[in-house]
Amino acid sequence: MSAELAQLSDEAVIEAVARADEDAIGELYDRFGKVAYGLSFRILHDATLAEDAVQEAFLQIWRSAGSYEPTRAKASTWLLTFVHRRAVDLVRREERRRTLPAETAPEPSGAGPDESVVAHSRGEVVRAALTRLPTEQREAIELAYFGGLTQSELAERLGQPLGTIKSRMFTGLQRLRVLLAEAGYESA
Amino acid sequence: MSQDPHDLLAAYALDALDADERERFERHLADCEECSEQLALLREPVAALAYAAEGPAPPEALRGRIIESARAESRAPVIKLRRANRPLTVVAAVAAAAACLAIGLGVWAHSLSSSLDRERSAKSLYEQMLAAGAVSKPLAGANGSLLVANDGRGLLVVCGLDKAPTSRTYEAWVISGDAPQPAGLFRGGGGCRQVELTQSVPNGATVAATLERAGGAARPTLPILFRTEAT
Repeated sequence: MSAELAQLSDEAVIEAVARADEDAIGELYDRFGKVAYGLSFRILHDATLAEDAVQEAFLQIWRSAGSYEPTRAKASTWLLTFVHRRAVDLVRREERRRTLPAETAPEPSGAGPDESVVAHSRGEVVRAALTRLPTEQREAIELAYFGGLTQSELAERLGQPLGTIKSRMFTGLQRLRVLLAEAGYESA
Repeated sequence: MSQDPHDLLAAYALDALDADERERFERHLADCEECSEQLALLREPVAALAYAAEGPAPPEALRGRIIESARAESRAPVIKLRRANRPLTVVAAVAAAAACLAIGLGVWAHSLSSSLDRERSAKSLYEQMLAAGAVSKPLAGANGSLLVANDGRGLLVVCGLDKAPTSRTYEAWVISGDAPQPAGLFRGGGGCRQVELTQSVPNGATVAATLERAGGAARPTLPILFRTEAT
């Protein structure tokens, strides 16, 4: 059964999850567990909490798979939305959010010209695209997405009016979308 | 919030709204097709950010825990049984949850924040019975257990049973006294299946299962595949 599952598209695996196929939730984890945990850990800075977030998100996916509509979103987008929401809710609940200086994504390692051109992995492509955003847009997006800050907290932290924060996030995401497309990024 | 909800799209996509703002925005989203389309465009780059996170690898045990917890959810389809010789009705336990979520189908994101509460209210029969003090006994010969409620209602939970071959069916029996009573048909397959017994299970009775011809039998054909005693 698992061999058959491995042949399926992500979307079809979610359909199988909707039919309460336990092998399918395992398959989904095999495909997205690593990115889900990496994201949760980045947000929560704690292994136990990160595990909780991933486990709860996958459980939500297990329960909600029937409501997934492939025409609305890619499987990875849908799934990662659950994971991110869980992790952010947890970080807020745990009040573990720190008064960090603006946390930014690590630069691509050894960001020499050669390596930045040859960005192989999906993560490298995204990180490279992020570095091409205007700093203030990138900062707002990263503090929100990885820091779990609300827009009001962002405004306070960055000493900017709320309207400015909103437009930085919006413009930044739109630009990021274009940059990713230019870089040939394809989500899973 | 006197502001235009549309300029909350990016913050919403990034999960950068507080709980109240989020709820209000989702209410707006439900009626705003344009917002949904815009949101879909923003979701893609947002999801891409996850790949930039570069966290450590997950612990080995997490995969197993997720599958375990999914199993414990008992969201596995409940097979509602009729007496042998009548057609089976298969009812997914998810139906209730799915019906709740269906409201949010147009914009799946709606269901995110409140889905957890809704899902929790859609408890499976297994959970309901356990909560009501049903006694659980492990099966001999298969993975799973038998749950018997105070009023004698029985629920078989069978895991990892091969799907019955075409033209064959599993049949459950309640054996108490002389004649085994047919207690329902099921197909097996998948992960854990819940089989609601059509016969009540008296104290000391044995619950067993056999493989029978499609449609079920009036008396069990040996061998007994698995069994347990209700105490």
